[in-house]
Amino acid sequence: MGGWTVEQGRAAALPVENIDTDQLIPARFMSTPRSEGYGPFLLYDLGHDADGRPDPNFPLNRAEAQGASILVTRRNFGAGSSREAAVYALVDAGFRVVISPSFGDIFSSNAVNNGLLPARLGPEEVETLLSACPAELHVDLDALTISGPGGTHAFELDPVWRQKLINGWDDVDLTLAHGPEIAAFEATRRTVAPWMWPA
Amino acid sequence: MTATGNRSSERRRNGPRNDAYDQTDRKMTAKMSPRTTLDKLWDSHQILQRADGASLLWVDRHFVHEGSHHAFARIAEKGMAVRHPELTFGVADHYVPTSGAPATDDIARMIRTLSENTARHDIRLFGTDDPRQGIVHVVGPELGLTLPGLLIVCGDSHTATHGALGAYAFGIGATEVAHVLATQTIWQKKPKRMRLAVEGTLMDGVSAKDIALNWIARLGADGGRGHAIEYAGSAIEALSVEGRLTLCNLSIEGGARSGMVAPDQKTLDWIKGRDFAPEGADWDRAAEAFLSLAPDDGAEYDTEAVLDAAEIAPIVTWGTSPEEALPITATLPDPSRAGSEAQAKRIAASLDYMGLGAGRPLDGTPVDQIFIGSCTNGRIEDLRNAAAVLKGRLAIVPGMISPGSAQVKAQAEQEGLDRIFIEAGLDWVGSGCSMCVGMNGDLVAPGKRCASTTNRNFRGRQGKGARTHLMSPAMAAAAAVTGTITDVRPLLKGRA
Repeated sequence: MGGWTVEQGRAAALPVENIDTDQLIPARFMSTPRSEGYGPFLLYDLGHDADGRPDPNFPLNRAEAQGASILVTRRNFGAGSSREAAVYALVDAGFRVVISPSFGDIFSSNAVNNGLLPARLGPEEVETLLSACPAELHVDLDALTISGPGGTHAFELDPVWRQKLINGWDDVDLTLAHGPEIAAFEATRRTVAPWMWPA
Repeated sequence: MTATGNRSSERRRNGPRNDAYDQTDRKMTAKMSPRTTLDKLWDSHQILQRADGASLLWVDRHFVHEGSHHAFARIAEKGMAVRHPELTFGVADHYVPTSGAPATDDIARMIRTLSENTARHDIRLFGTDDPRQGIVHVVGPELGLTLPGLLIVCGDSHTATHGALGAYAFGIGATEVAHVLATQTIWQKKPKRMRLAVEGTLMDGVSAKDIALNWIARLGADGGRGHAIEYAGSAIEALSVEGRLTLCNLSIEGGARSGMVAPDQKTLDWIKGRDFAPEGADWDRAAEAFLSLAPDDGAEYDTEAVLDAAEIAPIVTWGTSPEEALPITATLPDPSRAGSEAQAKRIAASLDYMGLGAGRPLDGTPVDQIFIGSCTNGRIEDLRNAAAVLKGRLAIVPGMISPGSAQVKAQAEQEGLDRIFIEAGLDWVGSGCSMCVGMNGDLVAPGKRCASTTNRNFRGRQGKGARTHLMSPAMAAAAAVTGTITDVRPLLKGRA
């Protein structure tokens, strides 16, 4: 996964609360190998009618949303399951940033692990951005700012996640560098709490 | 309920500690500031802390299931081995057929892939033909694999369930599953500490499910965001271990990373003698350590909330988020009375999806079917509670009852509960995630309304266009015999 610092792109508005992971990708698509691409599954049931035809009124199906890399949406985005497939669907559909007043906890971790920024802004600022869409936005991970037609907003992001997005770190390699500390910890744990190892 | 929002703790942190420091130097421990259960679990699993605040934590148990195929593919790409297969356990649950219909090719492939991945890495599997198979969050505690003081992860959001025994347990995504497979560790930032106390006595017919939906309705589906919840208070102490498992299971539906109950004698009695529980002298040492996980007197929390148990009525969701829940005695919300345009839009959209009218009473809403089961409410006590309502009565809508594990199924049959369900006209099926998530093909048809003991009423969760109402097993049983969402309490009068 490559890191990034600035995303300049089109923002699409999805003015809905509680977009959960089951909506981001319905369960029936999840046995698909990732190599086939998850983009077409994104918000499938919200964006299609009962016969599988795209609903032209669904915000992400409109012409102005095509090619968007930034999604602006209401509170509690990504609540629900731990399915990383919800993030794959967003990333494979071309998104690099989601802006919302709040995010599902596991979704946020999964997003950062895939280079997708979950940027938190206050509810009023999100409403401002929603009314400004479609718009070109400039997202800066160094400055932690989102700039667009309505001005510049400072967003919240855990500093650990910020570094990870910028560096595109692979945690496994980082962790393996701590091999001796892990081994020492394990040895102690086996001594003080041997019952932790199942029989 | 009163909540003190995000009060920052003034307690000075003592910096990174490791297990040796924590558990071998009792004098030092005694001098430390009072700690919460989360503090104790965190300190005893922290291998190191980076300058940026990220901690590397040791993982004691890692559960994998069919959905873990992305993570296995990832370590295969890197040519990596599973670091500690003896601490990793596979359980087939998400895709397992439960209603007797044969698996489709796709479903069979998912189950086969789990078998192949676990066999390749020498991981113990509780597969479809194992008498200990079941839903991972039922099986772990049931087998004594889940113990107090453990750090437990699984690529499933309901992993918080295991916290009911005093473990620090949380769900993770595929990238993190791959990381745990490869290293037996995980990078985390410490969550905020929340104490959610429930004081007093629950009314008859009110259960752990009602406590959970009650707090989520009050604080919101993101009300616990960034927190690990410690459930406490006299009503939690009085809950059975099964009830505590239900309560902790739903922590994620309120946005929390995890939920926990400090181990007490009830916890110990429940665990002792289970297949993988410590034995003999090990048990004595372990039991002492388990009880020491209770929060210290004076331990401080970042957020505290208190619920009055006596005020909790049976509660049912009406919308498409677990926060959209109301007591059975309430009327449905009216978008025209909402506090904001966004809220009005959300309420209107939820009512529309659910096919419900604004301002109508919730009680009396007709249902098409019921489902009892899942990692939330598929345990023996849940089945007993449903049976207490169903005994000698006939269901007037179809329904499926799926025990949370093969062991729960065997026990229910030993107690004769299966006969009560079958005589009521309901389907008694196999164990698995089943109709909670519909991955195994057991789906609610579009537009159909299901009274369900599961954990998510999301749009399309139980099938495209399905309308899910979350409630307790007793309430789902009441829906079966009346064909409507209704108050179970009158139906329990004169029954045990």
